[in-house]
Formats: sequence, structure tokens, C-alpha cells
Amino acid sequence: MLPLPSCAVSFPETIEQALELLSRPGARVVAGGTDLLPNLKRGLGRPSALVSLARLSGLDAVARDEHELRVGARVTLAELARSSLLPASVRYAASLIASPQIRNVATIGGNLLLDTRCVYVNQSPLWREGLGHCLKADGTECHVVPTGKRCVAAASADLPPILVALGASVRVASKDGVRTIPVERLFSNDGAAPIALGPAELLVEVVIPRAPGTSSAYRKLRVRKAIDFPLLGVAVAVDAEGGLVRALRVVASCIGATPRKVSGLDSIAVGKPLDDATIEAVAERCHGALHPQTNIAADVGWRRAMIPLLVTEALHDVRDAVRTRGGDDGTA
Amino acid sequence: MQRLCTLNVNGETRTLAIEETDTLVDVLRDRLGLTGTKVGCDEGDCGACTVLIDGRPVLSCLTLALSVEGRAIETIEGVARDGRLHPLQEAFDAHGAAQCGFCTPGMILSAKALLEENQDPTADEIRHALSGNLCRCTGYGRIVEAVQIAAKRPAR
Repeated sequence: MLPLPSCAVSFPETIEQALELLSRPGARVVAGGTDLLPNLKRGLGRPSALVSLARLSGLDAVARDEHELRVGARVTLAELARSSLLPASVRYAASLIASPQIRNVATIGGNLLLDTRCVYVNQSPLWREGLGHCLKADGTECHVVPTGKRCVAAASADLPPILVALGASVRVASKDGVRTIPVERLFSNDGAAPIALGPAELLVEVVIPRAPGTSSAYRKLRVRKAIDFPLLGVAVAVDAEGGLVRALRVVASCIGATPRKVSGLDSIAVGKPLDDATIEAVAERCHGALHPQTNIAADVGWRRAMIPLLVTEALHDVRDAVRTRGGDDGTA
Repeated sequence: MQRLCTLNVNGETRTLAIEETDTLVDVLRDRLGLTGTKVGCDEGDCGACTVLIDGRPVLSCLTLALSVEGRAIETIEGVARDGRLHPLQEAFDAHGAAQCGFCTPGMILSAKALLEENQDPTADEIRHALSGNLCRCTGYGRIVEAVQIAAKRPAR
């Protein structure tokens, strides 16, 4: 039995009540709890209080208008996977996460704010103490990069790559009001404190722009086809017109502490058809730009070698849509 | 801190004082004596602690008991009715789908939720529905077959 550390748990029914409770030092939000609770059971994090969103009203709908899709932060991964309003790539990425039981309670907000993971951290307290504590939890050294001063635990969530590739943003509430920030700016690039939100802020909504000329796809590398976190996650989004690429984005997870957007792709792909030569050049550029680290328990050379394969597969997924219709945002 | 908690378990209302951070599986097993729900990994990987909340499979080791007050909780003890086994239980028994039995309660609850939604699942749909339940004995083949056998019998 792995007991949770003892602390107060509250169940606000409104966002205002939740924000009031979160303004107390050390309070943490718990939505589905499928990432936070295992970490707490392993002694990672010591909140003074948990603020559960289980009885909050609202934040549980998917809505669409002419310009955008709005997804409440409490929408579960199972609901995302089923929602015909969302791009197929987002539904697919959600359907690959963890297990049916976890998808029934884990939320889109929780997946975006998933803690980073590292082979040296997501272990029992005894294991961590045996090796010596590290930058992410109670220590001052890094076992991945021995000279490193900044934690490189891996961004391991499946939704950030695809949402960054699609140019999504999040709405974040605090006592000062609501602000909107791009998903890619949610992450700090410090694995020890990976989420760039204030402690008293609450992610309330994810906004995905509707882009009829955009096609997107996601690919996930893992050992088992269920339960496992990704060893590598690759999302692509291609804007096209008349069969020619207008913009091409590739975003990868499980590299470092933040999802990595590959730069330099426009000069390779823009203005060209998405043919074999373009796809090969993009895949090669991604292979050169992305360097997995030994922060995940799978061979780092194999993970790197898989990058161009996953990029190629994902681009093959969107190739027909780019060629025939200029793009398809996948929404019904 | 302890708090009063009212849970609806297998159709019965149970009120008890629990710690705020008690997980559902610990309350079910240690306070209510419902030890059919198993603790395997206790951190969300294995599915042995699966219960149904409002009909959906959920991991009781990662569920705060207080968070499911007022919801319908179904454990393996609630699956048989009036002393008669559920068709899934009969099929698991008759078809050798349980060996050590540790994963069986979670398997049956995940399968029950599937059959409520889909009365005639393919083997692939069954494997997908059971993908969060690990079995270290059977190799899964007989479990999938048992679910198919149960699906072809009239529900009671």
C-alpha cells in the first residue's frame, strides 16, 4: 500500500472558490489525479492542500464556432477521443494515452500540465535515495547531464506536441482575470518546474483555431500499445493551398523538458508539394535538430533513429489531404 | 483530518469517517471489507483495482474516496445478482480465463462496461477495452474468448 501524504482536500464548486483555495501557499490542483497521485505516493511533491475539481460545475464541454474550438479543461481524454468536433489528430493522440480507466478520468488540462518524467526520478523514494537525489527532487545534481545545472526531465505528455503544432492556446484564470497564452508558452524548459503558470492560476480552457487548410497527424513510440508513456511523440501540421505547402510544423516530445518545435522547416518545404523528396528532407532536418537524452529508460540511439521514421509516417498521414484538398482540419 | 463520507457502493449507502486523502481502494478494502478489489501496483499501471463509477471503469487506487461521493460505485462484489453469477463470471470460470485470479475482478468490470456499450464486440474491441488490465498468468487469449462467450449469452 502506497498511502498519499496527509493533507487537506477541498472540493470547490465554482472557479472563484477554486481560485481562492489555490491562493493559499502550497495548494495544488487535482483534476483526474492520474499523474499527480502516483507522484505524491512516491514522495514527489508535498502539497499543503489539494484542490479537487471533481465537483466544479462547467469546464466540461467542447464547443465550436466559425473560428475556433473551445475545450473545457475538465474534458476527459475519453471524451476528447470520442468528440467528432475535434481534429482527428487530437482525437487519435488522446486515444493513445495510458489506459481506458485513466482516460475516463484524466483531463485535457491535466495532460497539458503533466509533470516531466525522468528515469532517475519516477522511482521509489528508496531507489532515489540510493542513487542520490537530483535537481528535480530534493537534490543538486543531474544524473542525465552530470555537469548540468538545469533539470532535463522529459516532457512526456501526448497532447502538447499536437496542440502546439496546431497553434492552440490556453485560457488561464486567476484572481486578476483571464489571460490567453499559446500552448507552447506553457512550458518553462526547466524540468524541475516545467509549467510556466503561477501557483494560484487555473487552466480553464484550451482553444484550437479552426484552419481549413491545415492537416495534422501524431505518431507515438512506445514498447507496449497501451498504458506506456511515450518514448517519443511526434506531431506534424501542414498548411497547404493548391497542393503546395504554405507552412509546416513538427513538434516532438520526450526530448527535453519542453515540447520541441523544429526550426528551419519553412525553407525546406514552403512552396513545394509534399512529395517524397520534401518529406525526406524534412525528416532529415528533424533528425539533425532533435537530440533525445538518457532521461527515458529506452536506448537513446534507437529513440533518435526513430525520429525521421515517425516524422515520415506522420507526413504520409497528411500527404493525401495536402495533395487533393489543400488541407483538412479533420473536423466533421 | 477525518471527514464523514457517504458512498454508494453496489447500491448500498455507506457512511463512514475517512482521511481526506484516503483512496477509494483502501476504503473499499480496509473499511468496508470489500477485498475483491485488488491492490496491484497501487499507482495506476496494472488495473487490478478497477471499479465502475457511474458505469465507467476507473482505477480506485488513483481515486480520492471523497471525490466520488454521490456517484454509483460498483465493485466485483456487486456483479453477481441474487446469488447467481454474471454471465462474464460464469464464462471466466467455465473457460479457464482465471488462473491466480488477481486480475480477474478488474478484468470482469472492464469487460462489463464494454458489454453495456457494445453487446457484440470483436476480439480487437475486447483487447482494447481490457488494455488497462494486466494479467501475468493467462496470456489473455482465454480472457478475450470468455468475454466473447459471455457477450453471446443473454444478459440477465
